[in-house]
Amino acid sequence: MSEQPQFTIRVDQNKFLPEGGREVHAIVSVESTGGPPTAARPAAAAAEVIIIDTSGSMSYPDAKLHAAIAAAQAAIDTLRDGVNFAVVSGANSASMVFPAQPALVPADANSRAMAKRELSRLKAQGGTAIGSWLRLADQLFDAHQHGIRHAILLTDGKNQHESAEELDAVLARCTGRFVCDCRGIGTDWEVAELRKVSSALLGSVGLVADPRDLVADFQAMTEDAMGKAVADVSLRVWTPQTAKLRFVKQVMPSVEDLTARRTESGPQAGDYPLGAWGTESRDYHICVEVPAGEVGKELRAAWAKLVVPGGPGRPEQVLATGNVLALWTDDEVQSTRINPRVAHYTGQTELDSAIQEGLQARKDGDLDTATARLGRAVVLADEVGNEAITTLLRKMVDVVDLATGTVRLKKNVDKADEMSLDTTSSKTVRTRKGEG
Amino acid sequence: MTEDPSVTKPAELSCPICTEVVYAGEDFCEACGHRLNEDAPSPPPEGFSPPPREGLTMKTTPSARTAGHEAASSRACTGCGQKAIDADGYCEHCGLRQPAERDHIEIELPGPGTGPGGDGAAKAPAAAGASDRGKRYSRNEDAIALAVHAQGVAAVVCDGVGSSPHPDDASRAAADTGVAELVALLEAGEDPESATRAAALRAAEAVAALAPSPSESPSCTYVSAVTGPGSVTVGWIGDSRAYWLSPSPDGGAATEAGTESGGGGEGDDGPDTAEFALSEDTEDVTELGPPRQLTDDDSWAAIMVAQGALTEAEAEAHPNAHVITAWLGADADEIRPHVRTFTPGGPGTLLVCSDGLWNYFPAAEDLAALLTGPAGDPAGDPLGTARTLVQHALNAGGRDNVTVAVIPFPGAAPLPTPSTEHDR
Ligand SMILES: [Zn+2]
Ligand SMILES: [Zn+2]
Repeated sequence: MSEQPQFTIRVDQNKFLPEGGREVHAIVSVESTGGPPTAARPAAAAAEVIIIDTSGSMSYPDAKLHAAIAAAQAAIDTLRDGVNFAVVSGANSASMVFPAQPALVPADANSRAMAKRELSRLKAQGGTAIGSWLRLADQLFDAHQHGIRHAILLTDGKNQHESAEELDAVLARCTGRFVCDCRGIGTDWEVAELRKVSSALLGSVGLVADPRDLVADFQAMTEDAMGKAVADVSLRVWTPQTAKLRFVKQVMPSVEDLTARRTESGPQAGDYPLGAWGTESRDYHICVEVPAGEVGKELRAAWAKLVVPGGPGRPEQVLATGNVLALWTDDEVQSTRINPRVAHYTGQTELDSAIQEGLQARKDGDLDTATARLGRAVVLADEVGNEAITTLLRKMVDVVDLATGTVRLKKNVDKADEMSLDTTSSKTVRTRKGEG
Repeated sequence: MTEDPSVTKPAELSCPICTEVVYAGEDFCEACGHRLNEDAPSPPPEGFSPPPREGLTMKTTPSARTAGHEAASSRACTGCGQKAIDADGYCEHCGLRQPAERDHIEIELPGPGTGPGGDGAAKAPAAAGASDRGKRYSRNEDAIALAVHAQGVAAVVCDGVGSSPHPDDASRAAADTGVAELVALLEAGEDPESATRAAALRAAEAVAALAPSPSESPSCTYVSAVTGPGSVTVGWIGDSRAYWLSPSPDGGAATEAGTESGGGGEGDDGPDTAEFALSEDTEDVTELGPPRQLTDDDSWAAIMVAQGALTEAEAEAHPNAHVITAWLGADADEIRPHVRTFTPGGPGTLLVCSDGLWNYFPAAEDLAALLTGPAGDPAGDPLGTARTLVQHALNAGGRDNVTVAVIPFPGAAPLPTPSTEHDR
């Protein structure tokens, strides 16, 4: 068993509440400072499944399938020796590309070469049934539940050959079993659909508009997966018995509402699964409603812990803890101050919502709402200093007046630009440019 | 009342370092001590060594604190009653942070015949003290220590400088060291003035020794008082004070409050401003009659008043009112304790306190006027007086930690049984 990296929890908040104040906000930052695996701390056991869409549309144009094959081959080259892996092709159903039998094999020079050769023989034919692909991946991971479990899923189309209920059922089955990063190639796939998959499986979603970018993207995803040191960590949040946990949201590197993912883990405590963790930091926004206290009273409003949940024969491990406090004061200067990091991430959460509502309204033909929401998004993106989103927004709208958020929707918008904004709206930046 | 809007009018400005609200005319941020205006408009008065270093002299806003680590215990939560206090001092049930031992302290120094093994016959205590963290701060950074010596009582009150690290450790070390040294020196035959000076210097050494590095210097104020046959000697560094409170001439415990209240400045009973520049000891002994303040603050406000730049009321209202110009700490300039001796002309009460009390009742008459009701018998029940004075400060707002020592004069010849808050 390898040594685990060091974890720290930092809490940013204004703990001071005015008399009668009840809402406590805090940004909980979790960071691993262990660095990359070393001889003393060897990499954790890992398993990787690469799922390539081979529906007929992947041949229109042919470049898509060729790019997918090249990307998968690059990912295989990125796997560490000894990582258990497999390649799956997906159409109306899933089938093994490598190895031939439904199992994972350790990566070595020989297995890599064989896998790459099998990939080069792929042909595109049939439909799209993403749930069935994930079901096969889940089966492959079955024998490897104790290490890092990561999948890459590439598709170019809508999930047309199974029902939404079938997909939901598979997602419910796979949640917590492996992490899956999803990529869409071309512009014929549904962002919302693929986001549902990546969100349930604690992965990312992205658009690869140009097939030539796919190789680098697959390499990056695989490298990231290889860098994970701990397979399954959870954020445990304790709250006072008299308190109500309003929400727990991941706010960095992207906005993800975790509130509904709670599983009770003890008296007044719940766990929120975070998936695998490498040398990285993520931030969470916690909001707790507490009963109003007298001036001078101090409360632990929440107690955040990073835990590796226990299992049969494995005791639970607490890797780091942090306190969210509430302290009532009659000093308005103290109680009215808003913590800058809470404000920053509140702005980015609102930015994500404004973009999603604006894009949905635009699809629905409600152009007034679309204009208003995307105008608001332009202002927020500028305020929080999210330049990637600002750039994408300006492909959708012409800014008339930045101060008031007055914008005009562009007449002709590239589908890829719209989808790119859709997949990027939840991505956050840590600080404004030039700060911190 | 003179109008000087630049002094008291709040403006929508904030510190560039910590974003705390700052006020026009303020040269330093109250929260972090950052220098706000490199070209301070008013040149510092003579004798004022500017700047009173950044980051440490501002004591009105405490630095961020972490909960003190207390041993897990089976005591019940003061909020919900459950016996579930964890090692960090929080209730595992309702989350309430449990009051620290120092949050509220009361000490009574037994008088003669009431020591351990005594016959239990009720005699008046020799002295008493009370300390409370107040309503604004989550920690009590004041400290108090009381002890008897062969000839009378020794008391020390210290106030941790809020902008320094671990100010509570500084005040604790200074008060304990100061009182222990006073008793030892007095009983070794040292005269009260040299004992007072030496004890203050030893306390300063103890505080300086707490600093892990020159940039992190726990700091505090210091005021001591010793009573002896026919005399009272006080010594101080910073803005904690000693007062002489005596019954009013008409024989009542005290006159109605307010005859000389309302900001002070009119009476001539306060510290003689002409004496201010004398940082050295007074050689002549002053007779004590009506209530008066015995110490002169080492503070920006006192200097402004002494210079005639501001009235007392203006100085007290100014954001810089709590900037001190001398303190105990590794980064302090040469420690030069002020020492004065007085001879009471009759019975009275020696009051030693932190600014948590005198912020609300700066004038000696106002303090004397509070000695009614449960505070009305300082000679017979000094703890009742100390507790009530603390309560007055809490009722008035409790914006700071409040600490009060009450020493009746003349006390009966006491037994040598030192008592600090540690062994209450
Ligand atoms: Zn500041
Ligand atoms: Zn409780």
